[in-house]
Amino acid sequence: MHFRLRVWRQAGPGAPGRLESYDAPDISPECSFLEMLDVVNELLMARNEAPIAFDHDCREGICGSCGVMINGVAHGPERGTATCQLHMRHFTDGAEIVVEPWRARAFPVLKDLCVDRSAFDRIIAAGGFITANTGGARDGNAILVPKFAAESAMDAAACIGCGACVAACPNGSASLFTAAKISHLGSLPQGQPERDRRVIRMTQQMDAEGFGGCTLHGECQEACPKMISLDTISRMNRDFLAASWRSGEERASQENTG
Amino acid sequence: MTIELRSHVPDGPIEQKWDKHKFEMKLVNPANKRKYTILVVGSGLAGASAAATLAELGYNVRCFCFQDSPRRAHSIAAQGGINAAKNYQNDGDSIQRLFYDTVKGGDFRSREANVYRLAQLSVNIIDQCVAQGVPFAREYGGLLANRSFGGAQVSRTFYARGQTGQQLLLGAYQALERQVGLGKVAMYPRTEMLDLIVADGRARGIVTRDLTTGRVESHLGDAVVLGTGGYGNVFYLSTNAKGSNATAIWRAYRRGAAFGNPCFTQIHPTCIPQSGDYQSKLTLMSESLRNDGRVWVPKKAGDTRAPDEIPEAERDYYLERKYPSFGNLSPRDIASRAAKEVCDEGRGVGPTGRGVYLDFADAIKRLGTDTIHERYGNLFEMYQRITDDNPYRVPMRIYPAVHYTMGGLWVDYNLMSTIPGLHVIGEANFSDHGANRLGASALMQGLADGYFILPYTIGSYIASAKLSPISASHPAVREAERAVLERTRRLLAPRSGRTRTVDAFHRELGKIMWEGCGMARSEAGLRSALARIPELREEFWREVTVLGSDGELNQALERAGRVADFLELAELMCLDALHRRESCGGHFRVEYQTGDGEAQRDDEHFAYVAAWEYTGEHSAPTLWREPLHFEHVHLAQRSYK
Repeated sequence: MHFRLRVWRQAGPGAPGRLESYDAPDISPECSFLEMLDVVNELLMARNEAPIAFDHDCREGICGSCGVMINGVAHGPERGTATCQLHMRHFTDGAEIVVEPWRARAFPVLKDLCVDRSAFDRIIAAGGFITANTGGARDGNAILVPKFAAESAMDAAACIGCGACVAACPNGSASLFTAAKISHLGSLPQGQPERDRRVIRMTQQMDAEGFGGCTLHGECQEACPKMISLDTISRMNRDFLAASWRSGEERASQENTG
Repeated sequence: MTIELRSHVPDGPIEQKWDKHKFEMKLVNPANKRKYTILVVGSGLAGASAAATLAELGYNVRCFCFQDSPRRAHSIAAQGGINAAKNYQNDGDSIQRLFYDTVKGGDFRSREANVYRLAQLSVNIIDQCVAQGVPFAREYGGLLANRSFGGAQVSRTFYARGQTGQQLLLGAYQALERQVGLGKVAMYPRTEMLDLIVADGRARGIVTRDLTTGRVESHLGDAVVLGTGGYGNVFYLSTNAKGSNATAIWRAYRRGAAFGNPCFTQIHPTCIPQSGDYQSKLTLMSESLRNDGRVWVPKKAGDTRAPDEIPEAERDYYLERKYPSFGNLSPRDIASRAAKEVCDEGRGVGPTGRGVYLDFADAIKRLGTDTIHERYGNLFEMYQRITDDNPYRVPMRIYPAVHYTMGGLWVDYNLMSTIPGLHVIGEANFSDHGANRLGASALMQGLADGYFILPYTIGSYIASAKLSPISASHPAVREAERAVLERTRRLLAPRSGRTRTVDAFHRELGKIMWEGCGMARSEAGLRSALARIPELREEFWREVTVLGSDGELNQALERAGRVADFLELAELMCLDALHRRESCGGHFRVEYQTGDGEAQRDDEHFAYVAAWEYTGEHSAPTLWREPLHFEHVHLAQRSYK
């Protein structure tokens, strides 16, 4: 197969960027999208031109490193598929393909197709965990977890933190990412003690990082390579309201007794 | 220099060794822990769990990873599960049995005391992970579910769909991020360790390169921990992530850490076969599939009929035939070699002839599509996405691929290398798996090292080491920084005449290694690889083209440094494979096999850990031996028939 690429090139964080045209000849339909970029890079280097920088690692759709906008769609045309798992047989021979980095205020471009997603780590650091120091745990079977709760926790926990939800959202919101973690931990009995604190701290951090608000467009769910459901966002919103209400009550009662 | 390989295994009965050792180890006063800094390189299961736990204890921790976030470490890709001797299924499991299975599965090339401790700690790991919110599979009553896994006759594997590694890693990552939030861990993502600083005989720091800006910097501390994973990418094509590399352990080796059993590599039997030259990696299909899938090839060589046109009588379910008691669940090394054999006989399937069927038709008939979907849904989807075949209808095609390295830096019972202060955990050390790792044991070892062993032993090291402060002006720091800058300069030096890309060299090295030091090794093959590798290394330094500068995000430069190290490590692997004139586990020397083609160990001459010491750029490494003693599991020929 043969493709014409238009790829975003940007030398560094502050530098201006632009779309450059490249040829991708003799591409096997069995090639993954990233392998196609590998081929293009080999050709560029043979001509003494700088290769295209892009993030990638496991190339089996689980590490969340990769992800680019392909013809304006996060991770490209296949549903539930990360860029590394997208194969060229899904494209038409001879097609032009526009490749751009994630576009979001909270994800500054580092170079070409690489962006800085460290804001996600800071959202987790703010509350995306269960406090359980090593060594203090009781027997695993002492905590009964209903099968449906384990399953729904796992559905949300499947998030790979790639950032496609943010890139796909017209508001650049990180709600699906944040809600997935809140739903994962909030579905489990172990997650209950910190449930209120978690939702408040994580959403505060999400706002502080410059992500936009959620207006339920649902683009995130469409783009998510793990098909995380929009329901997680409803759950986050419910938890947030309940937690805000309870923390208000708590404050009031402390004031009354104090 | 003489290296003394002292294992420091405590005396006393094997069941009590670890408890006794914990009591005898020195402790660091809680108020003093914050005065010590520990550098943890790598943020996979071992690195993240160690960094989080050390910070919980009160140490200052700096943690480094080359990925853009610690959550992306390659542990994330582990699919099948994690073993623990809980005996929740009442099927006869015990610490003793997990210990026995692991020593035997490793073909008697691991240290008994380490393996026993691993089996003991396995139960704590599950408890810890449940407490963190890892969504393990559950029964309807709410209890933890288990499944059996390659090479075991009990159901002791805990799992979270086909994403167990992801969920365990996220548990450790979240614990790590909690400590980042509390200010106890400073996290350095997109940062690669390029050298180890050894000052006055002790590991005191590392030199890193910031992969975004190119800034080279030294980090100093009281102990260094490497949890940087395995070196399977020396073969170019493997199931490892593209970025997985040996640079950290190789630089440490060059600074004096002995390298244990470098030739012990694991070839995983169930991967998606290679399809073309552009291919950048191989994808594993979890071994759990072998619980319900049946492996077969046509009886006739060169049979090109579609699988559903081949009648039952003309199929060879060769694992069931050759190993009736373990059948499709035979250990990895055995299942891989058997697949190679049938393909060598011309009975392989698929366009390249390097593939065998993994067929679910019987399981679907017996259990129904829904049950199969529930068990393996995401794996089936992944397979279909890559191959465009629907495994509910057509049998999967699989072939062995490099997956794991049992070898690694030699460590004692305290997980400390031959350089005092340098600790090595997880796949990066030469590990408890001997010559072959059992399925679902890598996650167990990584987390045992990180959560439960290292946090004790490193405290004892710090309490007894009496370290003096080290400053950035120490000659060892300056020398290591200079070495890093010089190497980067050499990699970027412009070449004239014939040039080749880094990947071109890596691919060629991979072919040499797969042919010479892969699934079946011979003296002649190893000797020819040993002749070719130094030539390729010379060509690399003469002809490699690395564009761009060192002051920017430069992925070609990153890869070049890693491939340069693989070009050295490959030679050591072949040397080790050549010297080990026996077959054991994943190391199969064609000269040493039983009458029916099984691995023939030589316990009289090779029941030891081979630990190699670096002696310089132009001299051969020195071999040191740590003899292995088997007091609890009797040395016997492995049999899975």
